[in-house]
Amino acid sequence: MPLDPSFIGRTYPPTSTYEVSRAKIAEFADAIGDDSPLYRDPAAAEAAGYPDVIAPPTFLTIINLASINAIVADPELGLDYSRMVHGDQRFIHHRPVRAGDELRLTTHIDDIFVRAGNDFLSVHADIETVEGEPVCTTHAQLVVRGE
Amino acid sequence: MNVGAELPGLSVQVTRDQLVRYAGASLDFNPIHWNERFAKEVGLPDVIAHGMLTMALGARMVTDWVGDPGRVVEYGVRFTRPVVVPDDAEGALVEFTGKVGEVRDDGTARVDITAKFDGKTVLGKAQAVVRVSG
Repeated sequence: MPLDPSFIGRTYPPTSTYEVSRAKIAEFADAIGDDSPLYRDPAAAEAAGYPDVIAPPTFLTIINLASINAIVADPELGLDYSRMVHGDQRFIHHRPVRAGDELRLTTHIDDIFVRAGNDFLSVHADIETVEGEPVCTTHAQLVVRGE
Repeated sequence: MNVGAELPGLSVQVTRDQLVRYAGASLDFNPIHWNERFAKEVGLPDVIAHGMLTMALGARMVTDWVGDPGRVVEYGVRFTRPVVVPDDAEGALVEFTGKVGEVRDDGTARVDITAKFDGKTVLGKAQAVVRVSG
């Protein structure tokens, strides 16, 4: 069953606020084997001009993937999660993510189309602080392999 | 900085241990990344690495080179092939190389990244834009 194209243009407002912690940044940096002091040491981050430790460039996958998963779980969209793969991912950073950020994410469905028997779903998310400061824009394409 | 300049490469042995750790850190608990039985049931040869982990490792090569990770203003990849991770101590060897593809007037440069596993590229159009001055 093809995806329902009437979902193009749909917007999913934030459902929660994600508070970025020093501990989660350090845990993520450990998991990717990156020992940069800017991810762990507030003094090093301050010396580099940041108010607190900053996060690796793909850190926001934590909330970005969760939002995508929430969309694809919508039964009306008709997406078979077991056949879904991540086609591409992009992060546009308006400023580095840092510990203490309280972030809210709004996701948009940009496009739904069929190509070569596979369903494609393009989404983007605007991530900003609770004060409304833009932090990051993410773009993702999801592919549902044809049966 | 010149177009064509090569970054120091990065080679990573991705192991099952690292997949479990990354799953917890990224909150991506899709069983294809840790459950061999499940992975094979959905037609994969074995457990595969998170594409987002491979993406993150590519960024690590760039941030190691640029020094300050906050200088990465844009980063995108296509996921073209899976990295299959066997259940052994060596895991899967993923090799990253990068070079400067463009130096722009606005003080940024584009780095083009190649990620190879088993002799084949696993990321497509992997590009980072970094602020190199100012």
